[in-house]
Amino acid sequence: MNPVRAIGRSTLDLLQTAGAVALFALRGVLALVTPRWFLGQTGRQILAIGYFSLPVVGLTAVFTGAALALNIYTGGGRFNAEQIMPQIVALGITRELGPVLAALMLAGRVSAAIAAEIGAMRATEQIDAMQTLSTDPFRYLIAPRLTAAVITLPVLTLVADIIGVAGGWLVATRTLGFNPTVYVRNTWEFLQNWDVESGLIKAAVFGFIVALMGCYHGFNATGGARGVGRATTHAVVSAAILIFAADYLLTTLFTHR
Amino acid sequence: MNQNAPDIETAKLEWRGVRKRFSGAPVLDGLDLAVAPGRSLVIIGGSGQGKSVTIKIAIGLMQPDAGQVLIDGEEVSHLSAGARRGMFGRFGMLFQGAALFDSLSVWENVAFRLINADGVPRAVARKRAIEALARVRLGANAADLYPGELSGGMQKRVGLARAVVANPEIIIFDEPTTGLDPITADAINQLIVEQVKGLGCTAVSITHDLASARKIGDEIAMLQAGRIVWRGPAAEIDRSGNPYVEQFIQGRAEGPISAAV
Repeated sequence: MNPVRAIGRSTLDLLQTAGAVALFALRGVLALVTPRWFLGQTGRQILAIGYFSLPVVGLTAVFTGAALALNIYTGGGRFNAEQIMPQIVALGITRELGPVLAALMLAGRVSAAIAAEIGAMRATEQIDAMQTLSTDPFRYLIAPRLTAAVITLPVLTLVADIIGVAGGWLVATRTLGFNPTVYVRNTWEFLQNWDVESGLIKAAVFGFIVALMGCYHGFNATGGARGVGRATTHAVVSAAILIFAADYLLTTLFTHR
Repeated sequence: MNQNAPDIETAKLEWRGVRKRFSGAPVLDGLDLAVAPGRSLVIIGGSGQGKSVTIKIAIGLMQPDAGQVLIDGEEVSHLSAGARRGMFGRFGMLFQGAALFDSLSVWENVAFRLINADGVPRAVARKRAIEALARVRLGANAADLYPGELSGGMQKRVGLARAVVANPEIIIFDEPTTGLDPITADAINQLIVEQVKGLGCTAVSITHDLASARKIGDEIAMLQAGRIVWRGPAAEIDRSGNPYVEQFIQGRAEGPISAAV
């Protein structure tokens, strides 16, 4: 194939997909902000997305906080600045690693599960059946998942912030000789509200991305079991890429605030 | 009024000049078909001839490229999303694989429309679901099972109970006996006849199964290359004189229909 034509075709496909995702997101948001709401479904999704993700997010945060503390201590030691380690750990966790790592864990766990579940429903005509039963799948399936992810990821991020800082504290006080009380006081006095708030805003956006990618790829799955597998992979990969892209954009925005 | 409904004053359900193409290839090529109120029409035809597309367009799951679908003489193929959801309330549908919701129990599947679309309280909906299950010869002990715990025949029965629980005006059956043994298939056919006659509703079925077509249909229509090539009373299908129908019912590879392999 002519390379210019191939590039043109790829660009058109990308734009077409972007348009389809945008329209899907718009329908999802409209279903989210206008009645009728399926609150029972939303509650179940909050449990599935939020509560059951706590262990994986908590473990990721504690190890990341501990490793971050060691790295900053090593780096700071090169110009005799080891003592700023608590502040940098807290800043790194709350503004960046807490929301991003919690979102990536959810992309792996939740986007995949949503895409597989909704994709299987598509393959077995359950979504068609839902429509014939006078129930809008965007209200029953999509809106509850979007709502649940937007609500729960900031909560998970807050938990990850606390556990991540605790991981740093543990390493600092047990192996690096920091005073436990001083470490906590330095962290507390250094952190500003905005450091935490900006992370939580990021987390809400990432939550929307995680659920949207799972729902979009599952809802549009074609080709039976193979199609469901493909949808699951696409959901995780696209969610991860969009999380990084959104992270950069939001960080730029917050830096110039 | 179209030529496939010569004796119908006002059809309950009518396809008028319906066309649909996929990737440029015509699937429905000016389909004209109508069903009278209270009648059961079975559409037969080979694989890939447009049977599933015909019913998906009728029920509003797919839009035609051209032509109209009418219910009681009213055009319904280009309704808004909200109006279409209202129209779905007039239909019941039994899907080929039953399409039960895995995460819901049997009674919640049957009562899905009552709870989520009609706002019926759960306790009342459960009672009505159990009554509907009894009509398809499933006991109340099946109500709390999940679809994964049911046999294929039981799943079809639950799907049938879900299709009839809200007393629809029109019921669509998509390959109702596919994948079932002959005895279970006959039991499902019998239940379909009972439910359709009991409700006095209009039924449209698509099937490859001629025993099923003869049992549940008042009339049979044959779809070939996106058009109806024969239509007549179910009892006359063996005397149709139509080469397409004769090849189909005799199951011959030789004839005007090319095998889809």
